[in-house]
Amino acid sequence: MSMTIASPVLDSKTPDGPVADKWDNFKANEKLVNPANKRKFKIIVVGTGLAGASAAATLAELGYQVDAFTFHDSPRRAHSIAAQGGINAAKNYRGDGDSVNRLFYDTIKGGDFRSRESNVHRLAQVSVNIIDQMVAQGVPFAREYGGMLDNRSFGGAQVSRTFYARGQTGQQLLLGAYQQLARQIGLGNVRLFNRTELVDVVTVDGRCAGIVTRDLMNGEVTSHAAHAVVLATGGYGNAFFLSTNAMACNVTAAWRAHRRGAFFANPCYTQIHPTCIPQSDDFQSKLTLMSESLRNDGRVWVPKMAGDTRAPADIPEDERDYYLERLYPSFGNLAPRDISSRAAKRAVDNGQGVGPKQNGVYLDFADAIGRLGADVVRERYGNLFDMYERITGENPYEVPMRIYPASHYTMGGLWVDYELMTTIPGLYAAGEANFSDHGANRLGASALMQGLSDGYFVLPYTISNYLAQWLNKSIPDTSHPEFAKVEAEARDRYHRLASSDGTRGPDWFHRELGKIIWDYCGMERTEAGLDKALSEIPALYEEFRRDLKVTGGEFGLNQTLEKAARTEDFFELGMTMCRDALERRESCGGHFRAEYQTEEGEALRDDENFAHVSAWEYTGDATQPTLHIEPLVYEEVSFQTRSYK
Amino acid sequence: MSTTLKNLTLKIWRQDGPNGAGRFDTHVIDEITDEASFLEMLDILNEQLIENGDEAVVFDHDCREGICGTCSLMINGQAHGPERATATCQLHMRKFSSGDTIVIEPWRASAFPIVKDLMVDRSAFDRIIESGGFITAATGGAPDANLIPVPKPVADAAMDAAQCIGCGACVAACPNGAANLFTSAKISHLNLLPQGQAERYQRVENMVETMDEYFGSCTNHGECEAACPKEISIDMIALMNSDYRKAKVKNRKALSRT
Repeated sequence: MSMTIASPVLDSKTPDGPVADKWDNFKANEKLVNPANKRKFKIIVVGTGLAGASAAATLAELGYQVDAFTFHDSPRRAHSIAAQGGINAAKNYRGDGDSVNRLFYDTIKGGDFRSRESNVHRLAQVSVNIIDQMVAQGVPFAREYGGMLDNRSFGGAQVSRTFYARGQTGQQLLLGAYQQLARQIGLGNVRLFNRTELVDVVTVDGRCAGIVTRDLMNGEVTSHAAHAVVLATGGYGNAFFLSTNAMACNVTAAWRAHRRGAFFANPCYTQIHPTCIPQSDDFQSKLTLMSESLRNDGRVWVPKMAGDTRAPADIPEDERDYYLERLYPSFGNLAPRDISSRAAKRAVDNGQGVGPKQNGVYLDFADAIGRLGADVVRERYGNLFDMYERITGENPYEVPMRIYPASHYTMGGLWVDYELMTTIPGLYAAGEANFSDHGANRLGASALMQGLSDGYFVLPYTISNYLAQWLNKSIPDTSHPEFAKVEAEARDRYHRLASSDGTRGPDWFHRELGKIIWDYCGMERTEAGLDKALSEIPALYEEFRRDLKVTGGEFGLNQTLEKAARTEDFFELGMTMCRDALERRESCGGHFRAEYQTEEGEALRDDENFAHVSAWEYTGDATQPTLHIEPLVYEEVSFQTRSYK
Repeated sequence: MSTTLKNLTLKIWRQDGPNGAGRFDTHVIDEITDEASFLEMLDILNEQLIENGDEAVVFDHDCREGICGTCSLMINGQAHGPERATATCQLHMRKFSSGDTIVIEPWRASAFPIVKDLMVDRSAFDRIIESGGFITAATGGAPDANLIPVPKPVADAAMDAAQCIGCGACVAACPNGAANLFTSAKISHLNLLPQGQAERYQRVENMVETMDEYFGSCTNHGECEAACPKEISIDMIALMNSDYRKAKVKNRKALSRT
């Protein structure tokens, strides 16, 4: 198969002109809908995290009719809320050399030259508007004594461009967006459907005509028609079962869209976050992230000697290996996430791991406490230290934290063009649910930036370019037979799952599936391992179909049934993830293929054959999807080997 | 290092629906490590229930990092259980001892009707926010973020209030089922900031009055502050009351001028 031929089906619709002018050129030439006509359009927004809430609120402010859907009890529960560290913006408030171009370049480089240049430049451009917008809405960002906004530095950057609100930046930004959404709900401009889950996407004559949902309170399956649908439904990190994602995070909305024709791009690009609390037991339900900002003051080390079980305080300085500082002197403990994660894995694989299960590395604050005093450290990280102590029972002011990498974020997602439209006309994907901006690896504090960029400053512009053609034309409503057909399929599916009378609950299968994906498609991948995964996952899926047990019935609130359906979608996603990882015969960003590394163990990219987006088309067999290629053409930047030494 | 807890008796509230009659079901956990979180214990119990053909216990939870505010649970009569400043999802079994009996109930407040088992409906909180818990600043056209300096102590005080996770423990702990801590936290967050001044008095009046439609009245017991996983201070209630009184005068004056 030739790897470099562009698929004619994938048109990125990148505007003309130099990279720095593309967004302005788009806005100058796009079709608009006049204010009085906006109310004639219905837009469905699924998901109420940063991307979904900001999109729903802004679209409603503009005058569109908006229906917002969340499977939570309240829009404020979305997992954006758990982001700790901060949000990047090229404000250059420090005067330390930042600019739109530098944020653009850092993001491209951080993504290991696997993202679309035009999208990333736009992201860097609108980053400055996000901070203005969030401050106007009352987000209490950290301030200096003079009243100006404070910044901190983050991995993968040499400037301080990260804005933060203690260790709860995601919470404050999400609440800001939620409050804008709440205002629109109160005004009657947005109808909110809470505790309602998307279970399928409906297409009629090649365009997205609406969605089918299931009311989680009573199991009722219902159709909703609209002019356009936005999926802002987050990432699929829970494919690994153990991840830093919230328990309910899932791929169902994106996967159901994929099954209906939306291509899924780069599913193998998953981010493993280096600073999580190591697993303590087999039944553990999730892993907890300790913000990357801790690496500003903490030093990462392991004992030089393998199998060293001495207490950390008993290991003398010259018997410790501060391996990040040793290997990457210019970035040190702030090396990007993928690089730090793999270095930790190498140390643990060498037997230098620490803690009761020898499955972690130290993150030590002794020097910072000595230099700054415990009070300053408490001011900066107090809530994180408290959280660590609650979970582990150890006091990080006295003993070093133990950390280990865990699945955290997924760069892959639904393929979208420059306008954030998927391969199904009228169906958009925003935030973590799309693949667009982070390439093969996301920099810290950039997820919040992208979610809000998509929702506040991109979709509200791009969506009119599609809607304008439907002005005063009729679109199919829910009486169209296609809605009835899709509804019936959804009912049958939930009926089948609810009647499963095997021996094991959905969590058991999800955990076993996660182990396979983590072992073979986690931090390090090999051809043999991926081949193995591609036979083990379908076998386990067979077992799932045969041996799943769901109690509680089809109707009424049934969390076991919800989990069963989401787990089923993770099975198919896992197959396509492994296929993507197998076909990408190079190492880049979060995708590390052991066969492709330098002598020093660093990722070996292959720009000649793999500088492209792999967009997968569903074929009915998730292990054998059809590959479509979008070549990545760089006009502004040139390929460089990523080095953080 | 971890130790194993033995022979825990769980008494769990089960209720089939909003109008069903409730009951306590008793389950015995033979062994569990103290490294387990409280909700992981319920996960394990649920897996066993499903394998035995019984219905899993319904409970709300999501992030398990103490920030999304989804988890609830009255544990031995205390909202979020025995550990200070800790949401249920961050509570670990090391806070319990072998042989303990643990009573697990949903939030108890008439404004939070029971949905099923341990899950309640907290949407009245959303109604309060919708009535004024925002700063009107439509997307686009916001001035530069550093245009209006916010003194650090003000930003810090606003952040102390803004930390509220909307879990509802304050309401569940309150003998009156009042939501004054929740409502005042949002009002204080926005009313302290310079950006929030334009709508300050309208906001407090609207939010307090929406709150009163759903929730009981505050009589300064202070149980809310003790139960709050974010340790939000009842000083916020004083700020709210002060602004509400001023609003009653100012808003009437403003009305008389129109």
